[in-house]
Amino acid sequence: MGYTAKFKVWRGDDTGGGIEDFSVDVNEGEVVLDIIHRLQATQAPDLAVRWNCKAGKCGSCSAEVNGKPRLMCMTRMSTFTEDETITVTPMRTFPVIRDLVTDVSYNYEKARMVPAFAPPADLAPGDYRMAQVDVERSQEFRKCIECFMCNNVCHAVRDHEENKTTFSGPRFLMRIAELDMHPLDTVDRREVAVEDHGVGYCNITKCCTEVCPEHIKITDNAIIPLKERIADKKYDPIFSIASLFKRNKEGRQSAPDTPKATK
Amino acid sequence: MATTGIEAPGRAQIGAKTLRTDAWWIAPLLTFLALTAFVVYSAWRVFSGKYYFYEPYISVYYSPCLTTSCVPGSEFAGSPISWWKMSPALLVAWIPLAFRFTCYYYRKAYFRSFWLSPPACAVAEPHSKYTGERRLPLILNNAHRYAFYLGLVLNVILTWDAILAFRNHNGEWGHMGLGTVFLTVNAACLWLYSLSCHSCRNAVGGRITHFSKHPVRYQMWTLISKLNSRHMMWAWISLCTVVVADFYVYLLASGKLTDLTFF
Repeated sequence: MGYTAKFKVWRGDDTGGGIEDFSVDVNEGEVVLDIIHRLQATQAPDLAVRWNCKAGKCGSCSAEVNGKPRLMCMTRMSTFTEDETITVTPMRTFPVIRDLVTDVSYNYEKARMVPAFAPPADLAPGDYRMAQVDVERSQEFRKCIECFMCNNVCHAVRDHEENKTTFSGPRFLMRIAELDMHPLDTVDRREVAVEDHGVGYCNITKCCTEVCPEHIKITDNAIIPLKERIADKKYDPIFSIASLFKRNKEGRQSAPDTPKATK
Repeated sequence: MATTGIEAPGRAQIGAKTLRTDAWWIAPLLTFLALTAFVVYSAWRVFSGKYYFYEPYISVYYSPCLTTSCVPGSEFAGSPISWWKMSPALLVAWIPLAFRFTCYYYRKAYFRSFWLSPPACAVAEPHSKYTGERRLPLILNNAHRYAFYLGLVLNVILTWDAILAFRNHNGEWGHMGLGTVFLTVNAACLWLYSLSCHSCRNAVGGRITHFSKHPVRYQMWTLISKLNSRHMMWAWISLCTVVVADFYVYLLASGKLTDLTFF
């Protein structure tokens, strides 16, 4: 059964803007993105919104619905009551371009700073052989659709713009953890995680995990294990001394130079 | 509100600290009240220095009792410390305190509920500056593993206390009372809380990159990972069992209650 919903949508650009009220038809089975598209079609033809797959797989339509970071295409209207006012705003951590569209280039700059996958030099593509148990941890993190809602909700940058130069956010700490756990990777990324990506900013409040649309356990399975691996190297004198008497079985090398933060 | 955060130039100018419409403040409030109650109760018991032993039960805060001032029957390893004049609990209670303070779950709990950093996801924090766990004193959270190791030693002692509790008030074996149940359940819950710890997960196998070369450690890691997913639950349950077990001993030792014996 259809009904008329009350919507509030933030409209504006980097010079200013505000929340505008709309009344809009809602049909059974629709999601928030459907309603935004109906607003475009009927009341606000210049409303800017970024979207692509409408299936929760492209990570384009990230926004904040009633204050919570959500994919608009995966937020069912049936989760709201018919008399509830639904507020849709752009992500509040990144610069706004227009209406619901934000400039997420911060994330791509940070992505370039992560040392790339580095298999053994004598191993040709096509000759990679890995046991499933060795790669399954990293595979969880490969589910990431790069909606950047984890970086959006992380208070270390959301509430502190100045930390964007030194902190890469949970998305890229997870990427570092993914590579550090990879059985064929030969680079030790722990120092880079501390110095270039600011893993020490994370205080384990787990908001990244709460908002992840792919339900990746970012904190428990990526960031905390990464912190523990760093503690092995930097903060555990007993483990460090014991390592001196062990052969370097994994033959890991230091991370190569990568682009640094520009801001 | 920090003007460098969600109100930073370039971001969508929305104004409100949060647009969340749910009761996001309940969880940090309840956590604040529960942890404050625990800290107040623990401080009272640890500093009181009395009513901590009733044959065969000893309070968890006072075990092992290492000073010559320990109540007869409660001494551990001959109570070798004669120079300590304050409550004997102060010699050991710092270990579980350090373990819980540096615990990855409790970090989330106190950063959200006490430091409001952030109070909840997508709710702006009140601080104008945030440096995370990169400086003293919070960088010491990286020493969680040491508190974990010391905590394991305490768990062994508390398990022995639970075994000793299968005696009656005259020291004869083969008896059981309500205190036996409390001490045994408490020891079991403390083991589950400790073994579900993220540092334990790293130590048993998380730091390994090639699980396939370490099948036993992989099995251990798999088991600990299952426990780890309930770490928060065991953190709270063990907190409660500590209080219940200690309070029962207090009631017995202070003469306010008579032990309920089963056989």
